Amino acid sequence: MRLSTEVRGDVTVIALEGSLDSRTAPQAQQEIEALFPEEGLVLLDLSGTTYMSSAGLRVLLLIYRRSQNGGARLALTGVPEEVHDIMAATGFLDFFTVAGSVEDGVKALTV
Amino acid sequence: MTARPTIERIDAYPTRTIGGFSVRAGRPLPFGATPVPGGVNFSVYSNNATAMTLVLYRAGESEPMAELPFPDSYVIGGVYSMTVFDLDVEDIEYGYRAYGPFDPERGHRFDPSVVLADPYARLMSDASTGPRRSRVALDDFDWEDDRPLRLPHEDLVIYELHARGFTKDPSSGVSAPGTYAGLIEKIPYLRELGVNCVELLPIFEFDENDNPRSHPVTGEPLSNYWGYNTVAYFAPKASYASTGRYGMQADEFKNLVKHLHKAGIEVILDVVFNHTAEGNEHGPTISFKGLDNATYYMLTPDGHYYNFSGTGNTLNCNNPVVRGFVLDCLRYWASEYHIDGFRFDLAAILGRGPDGSLLWNPPLLESLAYDPVLRDCKLIAEAWDAAGLYQVGSFPNYCRWSEWNGRYRDTVRRFVKGDTGVAGDLATRMVGSPDLYAQRGTSATINFVLCHDGFTLNDLVSYNEKHNYANGEDNRDGDNNNQSWNCGHEGPTDDPEVLALRGRQMRNVLMILLASQGVPMILAGDEVGRTQQGNNNAYCHDGPMTWFDWDLVGRNADLLRFVRKAIRFRQAHPVLRRGPASAVSWHGVRPWTADWSEGCRVLAGMFDAGADDCVYVAANSHWEGHSLELPAPPAGTVWHVFADTAAPTPLDAHEPGAEPPLQDQSRVDVGPRSVVVLVAHGAAGAGGQAEQRDNGKEE
Repeated sequence: MRLSTEVRGDVTVIALEGSLDSRTAPQAQQEIEALFPEEGLVLLDLSGTTYMSSAGLRVLLLIYRRSQNGGARLALTGVPEEVHDIMAATGFLDFFTVAGSVEDGVKALTV
Repeated sequence: MTARPTIERIDAYPTRTIGGFSVRAGRPLPFGATPVPGGVNFSVYSNNATAMTLVLYRAGESEPMAELPFPDSYVIGGVYSMTVFDLDVEDIEYGYRAYGPFDPERGHRFDPSVVLADPYARLMSDASTGPRRSRVALDDFDWEDDRPLRLPHEDLVIYELHARGFTKDPSSGVSAPGTYAGLIEKIPYLRELGVNCVELLPIFEFDENDNPRSHPVTGEPLSNYWGYNTVAYFAPKASYASTGRYGMQADEFKNLVKHLHKAGIEVILDVVFNHTAEGNEHGPTISFKGLDNATYYMLTPDGHYYNFSGTGNTLNCNNPVVRGFVLDCLRYWASEYHIDGFRFDLAAILGRGPDGSLLWNPPLLESLAYDPVLRDCKLIAEAWDAAGLYQVGSFPNYCRWSEWNGRYRDTVRRFVKGDTGVAGDLATRMVGSPDLYAQRGTSATINFVLCHDGFTLNDLVSYNEKHNYANGEDNRDGDNNNQSWNCGHEGPTDDPEVLALRGRQMRNVLMILLASQGVPMILAGDEVGRTQQGNNNAYCHDGPMTWFDWDLVGRNADLLRFVRKAIRFRQAHPVLRRGPASAVSWHGVRPWTADWSEGCRVLAGMFDAGADDCVYVAANSHWEGHSLELPAPPAGTVWHVFADTAAPTPLDAHEPGAEPPLQDQSRVDVGPRSVVVLVAHGAAGAGGQAEQRDNGKEE
């Protein structure tokens, strides 16, 4: 699991690459949180994720909950189709704003 | 973004190594496998075992990756517990080897060659992806503010459905057919139908392949589709989840419950505590049998299995250990899954002692009735068992338990098919069966005419005899006493008269059910005339015969429309739901003069709770029509027509609150084999506006 960030206007885009499962999840969570602005807008780009397990989805929800408490706003983009289906079936999707592209995600967060 | 640092627990570190894994003495409670800081706490109990080994697997692999015997110091009482560190909870499966005597005469069947499933396993792996084994659940679903709905029991309209069969047929059009997620997509249908409670056939992990028979024509193996053979009582059925292969069935099922609750629909689970999937001495050893056979099963003095369930074994429900297990299980489903209630299969067994004798104050039933976690859960008993114990009306209830009212089913069936001598009994059934449930209100009786076990409604009016050849037992299985009538032709026909009569008979059944005091239960699909081709015991068919055919929603739209209106009508009239029975007066061809004679097939009841809530229900099972003089409606009101099952659709049922007035207020004609329902509204009330609004069009 590798992370990279890029700032687009007011939005911090954090891109995840690789596999997010129970082995990589704790580290990924720490690293994502370290990259998170205290307040502000964050777009998680999942287009580079190769695998997302139940623990990976939980990381996303944890980050969402933490961002809510901290006054940040979070959106997702590049959600692979299979991950999207799992998130829909289990209700995880209901918590997130999901955008089709990084541009749409930035737009959705800044409107 | 930063969370306040928490104080680290000092027991978050291992103290020794067993089987190559870092471990420490575990915590006996809670039972099962529980994620804890740094690892997983495993706890399992057996009063008769002499030793226990934890067996760990990598998910899906056939051989264990480690076997960890519990040291003596990890045993408290009969509880073996150990915390194992550095486990990838997503990638492990586990089980136990239990050591002890193999001495069937004394009831012991320990066999350490078998790796046993954890009775408290909160997840089981999907058997389609590898061996069916226990897994670790995280149980951290985000419910937000959801909680059980706590709808008044008497206001429920229960809809009994099979979580897989409801959407498995391709006609369902859902994205994940046959799953919990697929069912979410049908919630708008349930809302429109008007039901506010679904009762799911078993969704605890079971063995769908547990059937030795094959189809007599195709030779294909038959299945165990209904699922009354539980393997793991704490685990939702993995194959019913579109995400089961990812181990996310618990999240998916919880999401279903959350969505149903958002739609105002409660969830009742059909639970099977009378027996398990382990059968008798010839059945498989899966869990209980190897863990502590003498405790979990009712055994004869020489160690054989009592068979009050008809399936080979009987769970020893009133043994204190087993009672604790059942209570733990139901508390878990109520608190972790927000379940609104439970229907107990063959619940009469739950009132038997360890030797099978009937207990006057069964501790299990009492515990469940007074448990604080379960306080708001509906508890519904199927108050009989397979050994002839029939407790409808006498089930130990603690003013808490409701019952599937088998008497209601039999009486309505007999009346509608035209039997004589039933009118008086029908009157009793329609006011909440006070002969059985005196002083207990209308929530004590679950009124039903059809359920999964037996004919569908369409088949009740299409077949005189069961047609169960496809079940592989030469038509010997299934009930012979169906109280059904085929309306003149056995099975499918294109005779318009027969079809019209069947349509009327189906409406008669549903209208009587929905106009009776007590809690109505509808079998899923009956609202659109679903058929099983005369099979009245379709437990073994996982296919088009048992799946909901969604094309029927269009094909039988008239019947569906009738049922929707009848449910809305019921919800508009508290007197039909809450009683009291004393609000009901009985009438016949002449008002205030009910005919209780043997040969009478006409009955009319006025459910009168005052001007806003007065309903007159006339049922005629005679093949000739009758003209009934009417009692006067409450002062200031006139009779309006809600339903007439003899009228051509859409005049068979009107929009509740917008019914047209009855032309002749002194009498009403009830056609051959028909039900008419009138409602009192103010003279210038709903009716006049309704006619304008309806303008001949419905929906």
